[in-house]
Amino acid sequence: MTTAPYSRTEPLASRSNLEKNLEKAFKYLTLAFAVSIGLILVAIAALIFSQSVPAIKAFGLGFVTNNTWNPVTSQYGILAIMVGTLVNSGLALLLAIPLGIGTALFLSEDFIPAKIRTVLTFMVELLAAIPSVVYGLWGIFIIIPLIKPVGMWLNEYFGWIPLFSTKPAGPGMLPASIVLAIMILPIITAIARDSLASLPPELRQASLGLGATRWETIFRVLIPAAFSGIVGGIMLALGRAMGETMAVTMIIGNSNRLSWSLLNPANTIASLLANQFAEASGMQVSALMYAGFVLIILTFIVNILAELIVNKVKAKY
Amino acid sequence: MTAVNLKKKKSDLRTLFGYSMTAISGACLLATVIPLFAVLIFVAIQGFRSINLNLFLKLPPAPGLGGGGVGNAIIGTFIVVAIATAISVPIGVLSAVYLSEFSGDNQIARAVRFATNLLSGIPSIIAGVFAYGALVSSGLFGFSAIAGGVALAVLMLPTIIRTTDEALQIVPQEIRWAALGVGAYRYQTVLFVVLPAALSSIITGVTLAIARAAGETAPLIFTALYSNFWPRGLKEPIATLAVLVYNFASVPYKSQQELAWAASLLLVFLVLITNITARFFTRKKAY
Repeated sequence: MTTAPYSRTEPLASRSNLEKNLEKAFKYLTLAFAVSIGLILVAIAALIFSQSVPAIKAFGLGFVTNNTWNPVTSQYGILAIMVGTLVNSGLALLLAIPLGIGTALFLSEDFIPAKIRTVLTFMVELLAAIPSVVYGLWGIFIIIPLIKPVGMWLNEYFGWIPLFSTKPAGPGMLPASIVLAIMILPIITAIARDSLASLPPELRQASLGLGATRWETIFRVLIPAAFSGIVGGIMLALGRAMGETMAVTMIIGNSNRLSWSLLNPANTIASLLANQFAEASGMQVSALMYAGFVLIILTFIVNILAELIVNKVKAKY
Repeated sequence: MTAVNLKKKKSDLRTLFGYSMTAISGACLLATVIPLFAVLIFVAIQGFRSINLNLFLKLPPAPGLGGGGVGNAIIGTFIVVAIATAISVPIGVLSAVYLSEFSGDNQIARAVRFATNLLSGIPSIIAGVFAYGALVSSGLFGFSAIAGGVALAVLMLPTIIRTTDEALQIVPQEIRWAALGVGAYRYQTVLFVVLPAALSSIITGVTLAIARAAGETAPLIFTALYSNFWPRGLKEPIATLAVLVYNFASVPYKSQQELAWAASLLLVFLVLITNITARFFTRKKAY
């Protein structure tokens, strides 16, 4: 034995300054990019706000209570369009909530083999991936002709209700809401399913052990426990519905008149922007930016509420 | 003592309630999935009629004339999405690296994750309004492929950050320790060990984001606008498949409507292929 074990002739190489700096630089580079995400968000809001300042000065808050939109006379108000946005997304939610939750229940409980469930879940998710403009095209050529007789029937027998007081014009609130409902279904389904699936299995076992049937367990235990998660999902879907543009623009008919009838053409903020931005100039651009700003505020409020609700659930289980 | 009968009776009200609820929720599932098939079938039937070589090689015909193709829109979609990808992937991946590797879930990370969620919640048309205000009306680029790419990049960012963040967090802690243990720097560990380990999931996420962006229309109709000609440069208006569908859907000419269906078929096909491949790849895990 000539050399002692574990003896080293050289000391460990110490880290050079260049490498130390590289190490730091990389960390701060990633930090800078991460922070830029927040800045992009601020930039979007700030840019749209600053460009809407002329319109805000000219119309003030009257912008949201006035319902003439007339580029010729430079009169801008979005009451009818805001009502259209809210009614359209509200109606879509009304259709999508029961369907979505029913689907989520069927996919989260073991009614069918796991393999088939995976395929069905994938298909529901696929609904969300189909481009909005394809739904629009489909809506124009399939849904509108399909819904028209239903609208005729509603008008004939229920015309005394203001909601159905006009003959269907083809494009309008009703077909737009139906297509929108289809588009937001996957969000409600996915989030409701996730929050049901993430419940601790003990909840289910305890309830079944006490002698409750499967559906009694679902209604009395699982749904109440997952309630805030489901509500959060619905809020996210509402946010999506308010901002959905192409399918709605192609089907809703783009009329800025305020009307009670769901069979009449209507308009939404997103559709207004889609239709007019390319040809707008001067005050009209500013008014459109103002409308866009209103839309941002609405979706931010809904999304932040959704985030808070969903986070609350995560904290609980 | 009398034994309680634990068998459930078929006629019991509770049993009937259970059966009917099962039927109702099953019907909900059917009603949810039927539209998917309806869309796929109609797009396939209407689109396949116009699928031929000309579709890929020719320009759209003048209104009223037949034939032609959507070649310019295919190339245009490719260009605009490539710009968006080039912008959003580096920003998204590096942000996610900070979130998962360096932040340790501090205040900044929580704020960035919150901002990412908000960003994914903004309507796609708002991204268009933003690009319009920043690049088009400011005169920087005008209606152009670049403006369209920027708008799409804003929409791709949240998806890329989220998928990368998740992919990095799944990478086992041991391989980081191993790399650091043999003397690697943090940046070397991240660049040469952690990122490659998560690469397939990251690519899957990016591909899904690209498929989504290729179908986006709203942010493009007043940023990239549309052009009936072959792309002439990044600072010029440019045709995209999605905007072509929108423009041609509402014209009364049959040949243009047929092209709209054909373009829709291409988009839906792209979405289907990417989603199924992504599904297939995420099933296999590297670790």
